[in-house]
Amino acid sequence: MGWYNRRLAKSLWVFHVSASPCNNCDIEILDLLTPRYDVERFGIKLVGSVRHADVLLVTGVINEKVAPRVRRLYEQAPKPVFVVGIGTCPTSGCCFKESYNTVQRREDVIPFDVYVEGCPPKPEAMIDAIVKLVGVLNG
Amino acid sequence: MTAQILFDFFVFPGIVFTAVLGLLAGWVDRKVSARFQYRVGPPLFQNFNDVFKLLGKETILVKTGNRWLFIAAPLAGFAVLSLAATSVGTALFFGRAAGMDLIVLMYLLMFYSVLIVLGGASPGNVFSSLGAGREVKLLLADELPFILACLVPVVRSGYKLDFGAILAYQAGHGMLVASVSGAVAFVVALLAVQAKMALPPFHIPEAETELVAGPFIEYGGPLLAFWKLNQFMMLVVFPFLLILLFWGGFDLRGLGLLWGILKYLLILVLIIIIKNTNPRVRTDTAIAFFWKYLSPLALAAVVLAVLGV
Repeated sequence: MGWYNRRLAKSLWVFHVSASPCNNCDIEILDLLTPRYDVERFGIKLVGSVRHADVLLVTGVINEKVAPRVRRLYEQAPKPVFVVGIGTCPTSGCCFKESYNTVQRREDVIPFDVYVEGCPPKPEAMIDAIVKLVGVLNG
Repeated sequence: MTAQILFDFFVFPGIVFTAVLGLLAGWVDRKVSARFQYRVGPPLFQNFNDVFKLLGKETILVKTGNRWLFIAAPLAGFAVLSLAATSVGTALFFGRAAGMDLIVLMYLLMFYSVLIVLGGASPGNVFSSLGAGREVKLLLADELPFILACLVPVVRSGYKLDFGAILAYQAGHGMLVASVSGAVAFVVALLAVQAKMALPPFHIPEAETELVAGPFIEYGGPLLAFWKLNQFMMLVVFPFLLILLFWGGFDLRGLGLLWGILKYLLILVLIIIIKNTNPRVRTDTAIAFFWKYLSPLALAAVVLAVLGV
């Protein structure tokens, strides 16, 4: 599997799961594709269909309404697939932690592999998270 | 004889050669596009990594729709494009054409578009079906000018449909693109090829901002790898076809090799430049462009070719 994992690490196609975000993280994710950060040099590509995805970037606090849909998206993605929580919301719930419709155990909805802190996280932090994921894949 | 046919199909101008060259051409495409946007772009073997990664992923079949068509379409597309690559490649490099002529090749290339339609329509996804529908419209739009443009070399080489005659005529009288009818037909054919490959500005079926991924939206894993491979192989088949029809062939000996590679890179970069400098056109604009402007132009080129200009 080592050989395959190295191939996988060099071509992570990311899919954007907006689980009720405030859209700030989504804008920061798009920053990664701009000339300044250009993650395509690591083979990272933003894809539109979840069937093509290797990494799900989950932004936003996962609330009761969106949780089944997030679960369904995770099940629709062909495995192996990795889940990265972008921002404080999926990490800790942010200021919506005590809200009536926030899902308390987000790990039951979708198994996170990496979390990125920040509100919104800097693009450098997200690249760092992906590099950690790539490091795990490379062994 | 059989060994030669198998070698032609599986190794040299066929699957292995076309796939490897196509993946590298795809890298040129991505790199040049990245440089257009002041980005660095992916590393050299990026497309190889992508395809190997996709081959190792899970295959997901959709619950609704026609399953065997869903699986058969990308594989048949791969077979069709390998056949097309074999016929164009053998004609260019060895003058054998693997027993096919221009009509068989046109049929194969059209059949590939039909396979995209079948593959896109099979899962029953709304976006995918819309993409398949748009592919039909695009096929209707680009087929007429493409056939008319391909008629010009046929007419000029004395109404012969086999590739050998077209190449022999160009060896004797210079490349067709240097003549008036040939130049006009080449421009028309280049634009029609752009639409046949569904590259911008004619990426109407895939239209990632409206249809997500068009006909390929439900494909994942190995089946998607085959679609990707098909798209990369088209980056070899179509430029080679244009070299064959208009640019006087590809000589493997001596300086001819360098000259041939230059021709290929020139056509590839032309396609990439058109791709990067134009926004997507609407379906009706594309059909109007091909039927109102390019088809009469191609017809004029055919008339000029009949007159022998």
